[in-house]
Order: sequence, then structure tokens, then C-alpha cells
Amino acid sequence: MEKFLKSKSAGFVLPFIATVLLFIVWELIVIIFKIPAFNLPAPSNILRATIEFAPQLAANSLRTLWTTLAGFFLAVIVGVILGFMIGYSKVAYLTLYPLLVAFNTIPKAAIVPLLAIWFGANAIPAVVTAFLLAFFPIAVNVALGLDTVEPEMKDVLASLGASKVETFQKVGWPHTLPYIFASLKIAASFAFIGAVISESVASNAGLGYLIVQATSDFNVPLAFAALLILGLLGVVLYGFFIFIEKKVIYWAR
Amino acid sequence: MTQTITDNVSIRSALAEGSPLLEFDHVGLEYPFEGSMRRIIEDVHLNIQPGEFVSFVGPSGCGKTSILRMVSGLSPAPLGAIRYRGQKISKPLTNVGIAFQNPVMLPWRNTLNNVMLPLEIVPPYKHEFGQKKDQFIRMAQDLLSTVRLQDFQKQYPWQLSGGMRQRASLCRSLIHQPEILLLDEPFGALDAFTREEMWSMLQALWMRVKCVAILITHDLREAVFLSDRVFVMSPRPSTIIYEVKIDLPRPRTLEQEVSDEFNHYFSTIRSHIHHN
Repeated sequence: MEKFLKSKSAGFVLPFIATVLLFIVWELIVIIFKIPAFNLPAPSNILRATIEFAPQLAANSLRTLWTTLAGFFLAVIVGVILGFMIGYSKVAYLTLYPLLVAFNTIPKAAIVPLLAIWFGANAIPAVVTAFLLAFFPIAVNVALGLDTVEPEMKDVLASLGASKVETFQKVGWPHTLPYIFASLKIAASFAFIGAVISESVASNAGLGYLIVQATSDFNVPLAFAALLILGLLGVVLYGFFIFIEKKVIYWAR
Repeated sequence: MTQTITDNVSIRSALAEGSPLLEFDHVGLEYPFEGSMRRIIEDVHLNIQPGEFVSFVGPSGCGKTSILRMVSGLSPAPLGAIRYRGQKISKPLTNVGIAFQNPVMLPWRNTLNNVMLPLEIVPPYKHEFGQKKDQFIRMAQDLLSTVRLQDFQKQYPWQLSGGMRQRASLCRSLIHQPEILLLDEPFGALDAFTREEMWSMLQALWMRVKCVAILITHDLREAVFLSDRVFVMSPRPSTIIYEVKIDLPRPRTLEQEVSDEFNHYFSTIRSHIHHN
């Protein structure tokens, strides 16, 4: 057992078993308590819906995926730049930080109708909402990363006469990378949430849109199928970042 | 590598015949505290000759670390002046090496590349880094073998023990052949056995480079073992209350530590330490 837990496959096998068990229990509960499908569809029912509506699910998943990724990449660019600004400049920190916190507190669901008015019920509000949810954790983590460089290390560099650029290049940037990766994993989930919120309020496509449509048609199995795909996409994206992280910051322990 | 060092030493001593490398001219330090200025350091007045190893000892909180920060120019002396080759130190010097109690290393670099960091930043090395990289690697390997880390060049900091990291950080502080080596309780976090081992290694490193070394320490044996001169500081507002020249032959060995002479130095210094 010990040996298995240390092996690479454990990270795949265990969650897989847990998922299968969950579905079995779920199926049994639905059968035993005779729960109607429009309340809680059984996994077998969801699977049937997935196959039946495969083209719609695929098209809408693709839409959600690209709006999420587009918003996410915007968030990475803006978040990293903002993070470095508030991390390196006292003025930027004092000016921007309270604004960022205030902005982050505003529920993004409340902004979506506005976005729909400005941009129409299309992909743009989803991209913007994904971006709005995702950039904050990135910016905060980058700033935190810069802030946690050991004072001794700063002294060592200062005593060598290192310029600001050299300090950033040799210490600031690599030191911040683990913080950036930690935030990317959170931000990726946030971007998904943002895109789906937006799609469910104002859109013409996407998984969020599909879920709202399906539930209003009482096609609850289809709604669940969309939810499960959403979860799956999130896990895949998370795994992707862990993979990249291990390649880039192999030294971080 | 050995050749370049000896050349440098002879040039240095020729340049600085008789004149001190560092002059402390009535140096003082004060901090604002509850509305008034509180004196931390008062009237420290002394000279340090080229190639000298000196230690500052004293009770904790007496501003020993501040002395290093003033010498390095990281926070220049607010009262009086410290002069380096006659020039008042008012901004960070670039030809110093620093090692702290916390042997900070860059976790994304292996030992060899950590040691070579100063060569990427300090002129003239940084301009030659491309062409002379092989030579620089040999310089680093040379220092690492002096502290018996030659087999750990490719290891990352998390794979090293605390003592090994401190040895690597000593090599890093010396690779650019600084004229002044500043040591802020470098072995304070190590166990007694490792610490004594480190003394010998530091001595070996220093005897190769022969720069000025300024050691801040709580450990009086460490000060006696390593120094040419030991300065004892009083509690705050602190000043130099006792100075002693350690006339023990070099290289000093751990056996000497039990000699009467050594113990005499130790107990004399000990008798001058007063607590707050």
C-alpha cells in the first residue's frame, strides 16, 4: 500500500475509483428512493443524455473552453503586469491595492447584464467575466512572490552592485514563478466559473447557456451532463498546469 | 586561479603600504524612539589594515550587525564616517562579499551556479562571463573544493545540509575576490561540531584570498580562533571597550583551542563582556 501511494499511478487510480464509487452510490440511491429524473437523474440516465446530445454538448463545450481560455490568458497578462507593479512600486501598491480589493468584492454575476448591454449576448461577456474573475488571484500572488524575497538575498545583490533589472532577472522573476503557478491553478477554475456565469445570464451558446436551456425544458439529465463535462474540463486544465509547473519549476520544493 | 589571487594580493599590499583599508572615524548610530533620538552606537574609532581579520563581539542588541551594514554601505554611517581607501562610504560598495547567518541560496540554481552568481553581476567579470565561463567554473570549483563541496556542485540547495549551504554561501561571498568580507554570525545556526569545522574552512578560504574580513559573532572562541584582532563592544549605547591582538600562529588548528594561550585570550575577552 505504502509503495502504491508513492507511485505515479496512484494519483490517477484513486480519484478514478472514488468517482466510480460515487456514481454507483448515486445510482443506487436514485433506484432505492425512486427519485424522478427531473429532480435527480441517475448516472446511467446522464450517460444516455450525454450520448444523445453529444453534438450539442461538444459544440457548447468548445465555446465555453475557448471563452474561458481567452479570458484566462488576458487575466495572466494583466494579472502578472499588475502584480509586478504593486510588488515593485510603493505608489502603485498604495493607489491600486484598495481599488483591486474593492473591485474583487463586487459579485461578477451582477456585472454580466451590463456586459450584455455593452457587448450583446455573445461570446464577449463570457470572455470578460472569465478575465474579471481570474486576474485578481494572479496579481495578488505575483505581488506576494516579489514581497517574499529574503531580505538577506536582497542585501547580497545590493552589495554586489546589482541593478534593478539584474535583481529582477536573477532573483525577482524566478522567485515569483512558483507563486504565479499556484495562482494559475486557482485562476483557471475562476475563469471557468466566470465564463459559465456569464453564459447562463447573457449568451447564445456555451455550457452555461446549455444548462439554463436544458433545465427550462425539464431536460435535467442534459443539464447534469453539461455540469459533469464542466467539472472534467476544470480537472484537465488543472492537470495541464501541474504538468507545466513540474517542467518549469522542478527546483521548487 | 591561485596565480591570479597571489598577483592580486601583491598588488593590493603594494598599493596600501601602511595606510589602513578601512577607517572608522568617530562612527555613531541613532534611531528615533518614542519622540527622541536613541543612541545605538557611539564613537567607534578604529582602523583596519589590508588583509586583516577582525571580529566584533558584544552582548546582543549592541548594534554589531549595524556596523556591517554601515561598512557595506547598505546603510551608511549617519554619524561620523567610515572611509574606504580614504573615500567616505555613502553608497553600497561593490567589492564586498557578504555572508549571513541565514545562508540564502537561490533554490533554482545548483551549488556551482549559486557560487558563480556574483560573477554575473560584478564588473569586470560580468562582461567576460561569456568568453571566460570555463575559467570561472574552475574558480568556483576551486573554492568549493577548499570547503570540501567538490562533489556537491550539481546539487540543489534543498539537497544540502545547513552547514553545506553556509560553506557554499562563503564561497559565493569570495568568488569575485572582494577586498572586504563581511560575516554576520555566519555559523550562529550550526551545531558546535559543524561550527568548529567551519572555522578551519573559513580560515583556509580567507588565507587564500587574504582580504579584510570583518566577523560579527556571539561566540568568543570563534572570534579568538579566526581573528587578528578582536573588538569588544559595550551594551547600548555601544562603543569599543576593549581591543586585543591575537598573536597565535596561522594556520590555527582546533588543537590550539585547548592551549593556555588560547584560553587566556578567551577569558580576558570574556571578562570584558557586560550585559544590558
